[in-house]
Parts: sequence; structure tokens; C-alpha cells
Amino acid sequence: MKVLRPELLNRRSFIITAAAGACLAPLLKSATALAQTADTAPFERTPLFETELKTLLAGAVPTDGKITVDLPEMAENGNFVPITMTVDSPMTDADHVRAIHILSSGNPVAHVATFRLSPLNGRARVQSRMRLARSQDVVVLAELSNGEITMSTMTVKVTLGGCQT
Amino acid sequence: MASNPRIKLPDQAAIGDVIEVKTLVTHVMETGNRKDKDGVPIPRNIINKLIAKFGDVEVFHAELGPGISANPYISFQMKVPGPGVFEFAWIDDQGVKLVETAALNVV
Repeated sequence: MKVLRPELLNRRSFIITAAAGACLAPLLKSATALAQTADTAPFERTPLFETELKTLLAGAVPTDGKITVDLPEMAENGNFVPITMTVDSPMTDADHVRAIHILSSGNPVAHVATFRLSPLNGRARVQSRMRLARSQDVVVLAELSNGEITMSTMTVKVTLGGCQT
Repeated sequence: MASNPRIKLPDQAAIGDVIEVKTLVTHVMETGNRKDKDGVPIPRNIINKLIAKFGDVEVFHAELGPGISANPYISFQMKVPGPGVFEFAWIDDQGVKLVETAALNVV
């Protein structure tokens, strides 16, 4: 009959633990490194996004602060992310919002939606639900009747990416 | 193919009020990036347009991409010009058009 020798068991478990630790250490290290980059570095923007943004701006310099975008900071499900866009505009014939565009910096297709408005709307406020493939910036642009373009950028962290948007 | 359109309007509105118009339709909004279990790409089929008219006047127009969620929900605002009927048209990539009307109760 085999007798369990505690000192042997201890040595064995020590070896196993040490080996496991050695294997895990680099993993842990890279996980920390990843977490750090995700926290500090801006999200990578797709070339398609840059092209779309350039086309929409058409050389104009966007102004800031006229759009309120309501988007969650953290989205658990990237398939359904509620978005509300409100542009501060009197919506009169002389001064109104012509269009609101949504662009995503990390989806396979950068153009999410364009909403065309007119003074008939009375208020420039549109709601929808969007897909986010991963954590990224969502850029909302509004074209005003005087030719001005106003822009707002929101960063959303996505836990579970919208499947292959 | 789009189905089951749902429109939500306020129960009643007065002329000059700004009302919220909520629209929802059932549609898969297939992005074209997915593959079926045999690895064959599933062709893109999304609702690419929603056009809302009040009477004969277009009051809202949306151009959608694959970044809009399945069963697209879209709401917008309208200043009530008087009594009338809304007509909503959803058009998908296959050219299928779904039309729904809703009357606005103006007091």
C-alpha cells in the first residue's frame, strides 16, 4: 500500500503552483497592458470613418456645443444602444437644422444614419437604437440652414459587441 | 421583409404643438457581414429608408445604414399644422416597401 508522504505532496503541489504561476504571469502582464491602452489611448478610427467625416464636412470647420447626444457611457449589449440627439435650434424658416448624421468610428460601416429635417419638425430631436461592434467614438453632425456644421463626439465602451455590424 | 409596423402618436394634440412621433417596425436588418453555418455570406438586407408624410407633405426622411439595430425604432418631432393623416413608408434593400397610415387627433 502506498503511503502518502506529506512532504512529497507539498513539493508536488509547490511545483505545480510555481509552474502555473510562471505560465500565467505573462498573460496577466499583457492583460494589464491591454487594459492600460484601452483606458488611455483613443479608440482607433477606421479609414472609412475618416473618409465619411471628410465628405460630410466638405472642408468646413465644425462648431461645438449645439448638439446634445444622449448615449450610455457603457453599453452592455452592442446590438441595441439607445441614442437621442437634440440640436439647439429654433427650427424656423430662417434658422433650422437640415440634417443630422451619425457616424461610428469602429463599425465596419461608418455611416449609421442620416435624418433629414425641416422647419415642419418644430424641434430638432431624433431618437433611435444603434449597433456598436466594439468600444468606439460615435460622432453626430448637424447641418444647419446657414451652412454651419456642428459636431459632437461621444465615447462608448461596449461590453458585448453588436454582432458584425 | 418588414412587418408589423407600430406608430405611437399622442392621444390628442392642438395646432402649433410640437409632438413626438414614434415608429417601430419588425425587420432583421441583416448587415451583410454575417455568414450562415456553412460559411456562406448572408446577403445584406436592411431598411435603408423611412419616409414620413403628413397629408402630402414630407415631414421626415431617414437614410439608414447597417449600424441601426434590428427592428428599427425611430422617433422624431413635428409641429402640428392641423388635422391630418400620417403616412409612413419603410423601404428595404430588396425594394420591398411597407406603408402604414395613422390619423392625428387634433382638438
